[in-house]
Amino acid sequence: MAAFRLGMIVNPIAGMGGAVGLKGSDTSKIISRARELGATPKSPLRAGEALAAIAAGNADIEIIVAPGNMGEAEARAAGFEPRVVGTRTGIDTNAEHSVSAAVEMADLEVDLLIFAGGDGTARDMVRAIGDCIPVVGIPAGVKMHSAVYATNPRAAARMVLRYLQGGVPVRELEVMDIDEAAFREGAVSAKLYGYLNVPHLPDLIQGTKAGGLSSDRVAIKGIATRIVEAMTPGRLYILGPGTTMRAVAEKLCVEKTLLGVDLVRDGARIASDVGEKEILAALDGGATIAVTPIGGQGHFFGRGNQQISARVISRVGIEHITVAATVEKITSLRDNLLHVDTGDAELDASLCGWRRVITGYKTDTVCRVSA
Amino acid sequence: MSGRRGEFRAARWNEPLISELSEVGARGIVPPSVDADIAAVVGDVAAKVPAGARRESAPDLPEVTQHRVLRHFLRLSQMTMGFDVTTDMMGTCTMKYSPKAHEHIARGARLADLHPLQAEESLQGLLELMYRFNRIMCEISGMDEFTFQPASGAQGIYTNACLIRAYHESRGELDQRDEIITTSFSHPADAATPAVAGFKVITLMPSDMGFAGVEALKAAISERTAGLMLTNPEDTGQFNPHICEFVDLVHEAGGLCAYDQANGNPLLGVVRAADTGFDMCQFNLHKTFSAPHGSLGMGCAAVGVKEHLRKYLPRPIVAEDDKGRYHLDYDPGEGIDRIRAFVGNVHAVLKAYSWVMSLGAEGLRAVAETAVLNNNYMLSKMRGIPGVTIPWPANNYPKLEQVRYSFEKMSEETGVTSHNVIDRMVDFGVQHCMPSHMPMLVPEPFTMEPGESLTIEEMDHMLDAINSIAEEAYDNTEKAQGGPYNAATTKIDHDVPEDPDCWAFSYRGYRRKKAMWTSDQRRKIERHQGGY
Repeated sequence: MAAFRLGMIVNPIAGMGGAVGLKGSDTSKIISRARELGATPKSPLRAGEALAAIAAGNADIEIIVAPGNMGEAEARAAGFEPRVVGTRTGIDTNAEHSVSAAVEMADLEVDLLIFAGGDGTARDMVRAIGDCIPVVGIPAGVKMHSAVYATNPRAAARMVLRYLQGGVPVRELEVMDIDEAAFREGAVSAKLYGYLNVPHLPDLIQGTKAGGLSSDRVAIKGIATRIVEAMTPGRLYILGPGTTMRAVAEKLCVEKTLLGVDLVRDGARIASDVGEKEILAALDGGATIAVTPIGGQGHFFGRGNQQISARVISRVGIEHITVAATVEKITSLRDNLLHVDTGDAELDASLCGWRRVITGYKTDTVCRVSA
Repeated sequence: MSGRRGEFRAARWNEPLISELSEVGARGIVPPSVDADIAAVVGDVAAKVPAGARRESAPDLPEVTQHRVLRHFLRLSQMTMGFDVTTDMMGTCTMKYSPKAHEHIARGARLADLHPLQAEESLQGLLELMYRFNRIMCEISGMDEFTFQPASGAQGIYTNACLIRAYHESRGELDQRDEIITTSFSHPADAATPAVAGFKVITLMPSDMGFAGVEALKAAISERTAGLMLTNPEDTGQFNPHICEFVDLVHEAGGLCAYDQANGNPLLGVVRAADTGFDMCQFNLHKTFSAPHGSLGMGCAAVGVKEHLRKYLPRPIVAEDDKGRYHLDYDPGEGIDRIRAFVGNVHAVLKAYSWVMSLGAEGLRAVAETAVLNNNYMLSKMRGIPGVTIPWPANNYPKLEQVRYSFEKMSEETGVTSHNVIDRMVDFGVQHCMPSHMPMLVPEPFTMEPGESLTIEEMDHMLDAINSIAEEAYDNTEKAQGGPYNAATTKIDHDVPEDPDCWAFSYRGYRRKKAMWTSDQRRKIERHQGGY
């Protein structure tokens, strides 16, 4: 049997801003400032820890890495003879280096790509490879709002070793990021940037613990069927982003933008990836908003779906909001708590308290909502 | 006990499926052909079978010699671990000793040779026993009438869901009342069976105390509420102290309350369902009342109701007339006609009756107290085992008959998961423990219920085994992850039982699915089958 092809990308500057309180490491200016403040790279250490554990597994692995301290050095230190791809110049690395290396690895058809970094690096992976290749994230960044990371470097290594044995399914997990500049100003505004395919090993992934991929898929289908069966003629349905709402569109046999808000009426999509203005323009009668909270985080308004603005919600009416999430997603939230952040404190207050959440075809739960 | 730990070796027969042993023409017994004179009198017997019920081709049954059949099943029996072989603390299952004297009575001709359709006059002994046990169960629970028709715990809980449905239907409110409320840590059948009965199900998530709070219940209750169905203590061993308030709130909203007492062992003689306000309840005779579990077969649930629900119970009900004679009352009630044929698995009723009569009222309370005491002994020792944590530290109430532990700390520190520990336990000659029902809200769960049957030596042996594995997790991680080594089978891949494509209830289903396996599924199953 051919060796398992493992791609490895280390973002050597990921996590540098965190130790010195800079809330991220996304721009070269911040990195210089971090270096001035005495920050040292953490992600190479964490990548090395994962690679050492992978090496200890004695599996037949062909490892393909990005050059220098973006993977090559760590792989050699762990005793691998890596194949090096990608280009880079100078000491500083940037997102383009990660992206170009990932693209080359995709061309080489690696079986799995492991990366060390944070949300910025995860976004680079979405841009470079999307859902082509499964990935495992070694948590090494400052911001880790995404759901794609193993619980620690050793868990990442265990994921690799389990995945290469075969028979492990993959699932789409969210890649989130916040606006670092806004975050430094004290405002949190996270956005959903896409999904990466991650091996479904819930005991090794951050924030997932309920288990049961097949039951989760069944639950999502059940949610979709229920929402579709409840649809009435002439009514406008505002479908938020995410895989749960995509399943609703699949049930209707219409296309759905994964990250956008789409409008549906009488079983047909009437507009896709709409902004606030388009939604308001389409509101001429009864309407229902269907949204799902972000996994691991719990916002169902104000993160990744700001198009469904306070004005939209007020016009639709809070009694016409359907919040759907599988039990697995709810249990990934701290204290099973949901959040809203519409920018309108009064509206937020009226959305707070206990709320029905549909969890399957004929199953519900109640969750507390806080602003 | 299995001797010194680490010396245990299970039989590993690598036994094929019985269908895979089939050889064309192999026979156990070849019956003699029918004598010509008899054949001449009875004619073509097969022709008497209606055409619609007649097979077109012979059934595809395995053809195996008699001694090979015997070996097959004896080998399989040698590869099992249960209460009669070793210490078994399978959480949520209330494993306990099933007294062999009761088995003996149940297997005797006086019960085994009875037929459910024989005349009632010739069934007086059995009917009397069932009638008396009915009164005993009423005393234990505070209810007014029982049925023993359901053949499993889940079927008993389903009966409760059907009773709630029948009640609202008779009042013309079923269209309005279509929601059942339950809790995450109740037995999953409290959510599953009302769904089968046509209800929508609202599951309350636990608070930081580990059980659902009153505020969550209030948020779930509405004019649509048909009823409340839950276990208490839940599968975590925690008793929800707000239970009376729960019952009152649901009653005020017009719903009924069903107490799933699958976890009834710690409450015998302590708390009665009816006194807590419940309208109906259900016990598993094959758990709390010592009848054996029987490996997913021959169980029996006792479902009890208060007077106002008596008319909705499934029929027949065993009744006594004014001359002291017993009969089966088929008078159609207003609810469920039947849950199952006849009066239920009577041998389980007989064993439960024998068990209760051998203990008496004080003995029953001693069962509950001993089970709780044993569990808290285990808990006090488990606290000292490295990597073990007790979920919901905010909750200082004592645990009742079981505890849902967590190996999250161990898993984070060493990578050894609760499934690894469970797999490794068998090497110490003890039955593994249950992790948790789905969904697994507690990370790396591990649920232990010692019950009242065990000696302190057995409990210490179990603790030694778990402690050894925990130490191994920190000292020799790889070994702790690789178990079991000495069991009847190698490591079980937990993804396999989760994927319906990977298992089947019949050989026919197995062959059909096998033909459609993807290469990934094939690899997964081959790994699952391990040494086979």
